[in-house]
Amino acid sequence: MLSRKELQRYSRQIMLPRVGEAGQEKLKKARVMIVGLGGLGSPVALYLAAAGVGELHLVDGDRIEISNLQRQILYKTNHRDKAKAQVAAQQLSAANPEIRVHPHDNLADESWLRDRLGDIDLVLDCTDNLETRHAINRVCRALRKPVVMASVLGFSGQLISFDFAAQQSPCYACLFPPSADREVQNCSTAGVMGPALGVVGSMQALEAIKLLLGLPVASLSQLQLFEAESLELRPLQLQGNNDCPVCSNP
Amino acid sequence: MEIQVNGESRRAERNDLPGLLRELGYSGETFAVAVNGDFVPRAQYPDTRIAEGDHLDVVAPVVGG
Ligand SMILES: [Zn+2]
Repeated sequence: MLSRKELQRYSRQIMLPRVGEAGQEKLKKARVMIVGLGGLGSPVALYLAAAGVGELHLVDGDRIEISNLQRQILYKTNHRDKAKAQVAAQQLSAANPEIRVHPHDNLADESWLRDRLGDIDLVLDCTDNLETRHAINRVCRALRKPVVMASVLGFSGQLISFDFAAQQSPCYACLFPPSADREVQNCSTAGVMGPALGVVGSMQALEAIKLLLGLPVASLSQLQLFEAESLELRPLQLQGNNDCPVCSNP
Repeated sequence: MEIQVNGESRRAERNDLPGLLRELGYSGETFAVAVNGDFVPRAQYPDTRIAEGDHLDVVAPVVGG
């Protein structure tokens, strides 16, 4: 049951026929993990907290640096050197005291994820490296947890979701198999446009809310390519891949 | 033949996907290829034929968040 305060707070969302009070209660019951609280994790966490997702687990082992502030909109200048997960939890609790927020200021490695994902309903992968992305992919697939993954570099973004609770979902490794010799380039070495993270992070939050509400998800097994220069969004469909190292090895 | 590669017009001779990718200058395994909006599993590259007007997307993982 939603309280009177909650009915008021979420009224503009509840009045949408596709949400309603029933949808709002689904969001309230949801336990969601956000891995990575940088340029994508910031808008994702802010929107999911504001929308009333009942329990948020925030995972990031980094501390806030001055060079983060151009794009990581959860943080203010006076937060420098503080742990991202802790500051993010404070900011989100202030934004919406109706929800429960749990900071985890550690790295999300495979064994930690296996321990902690048991009672989580949905994972948002906002990480900035392929090693963690592949670990999240493997654990979510093994534990049948839906996941929404996104990344942005320069002016380009990618977004894709997998519903591992469904039968026969492809996985991230079907698309990009893990490889030892992949060149490692990320925001710290190549630069990134802040608002492009805002666009893709907002889409990631949208897909998460739609997944939780049971609405159709446009990035499900479909890679959405975003180009900030042309504002173009291009969908490319992914099928299961028989020689995927993750899917062929359950 | 004329095809679209990542949204740009290109002329190419080869119509088998592995040969075409070599002709276009792609090598290694760090990218995925979609033909007319559908990704092709790597094992099916040799059996995949490309025709005039086809749209190819050669996509590498974007890393950063
Ligand atoms: Zn797979």
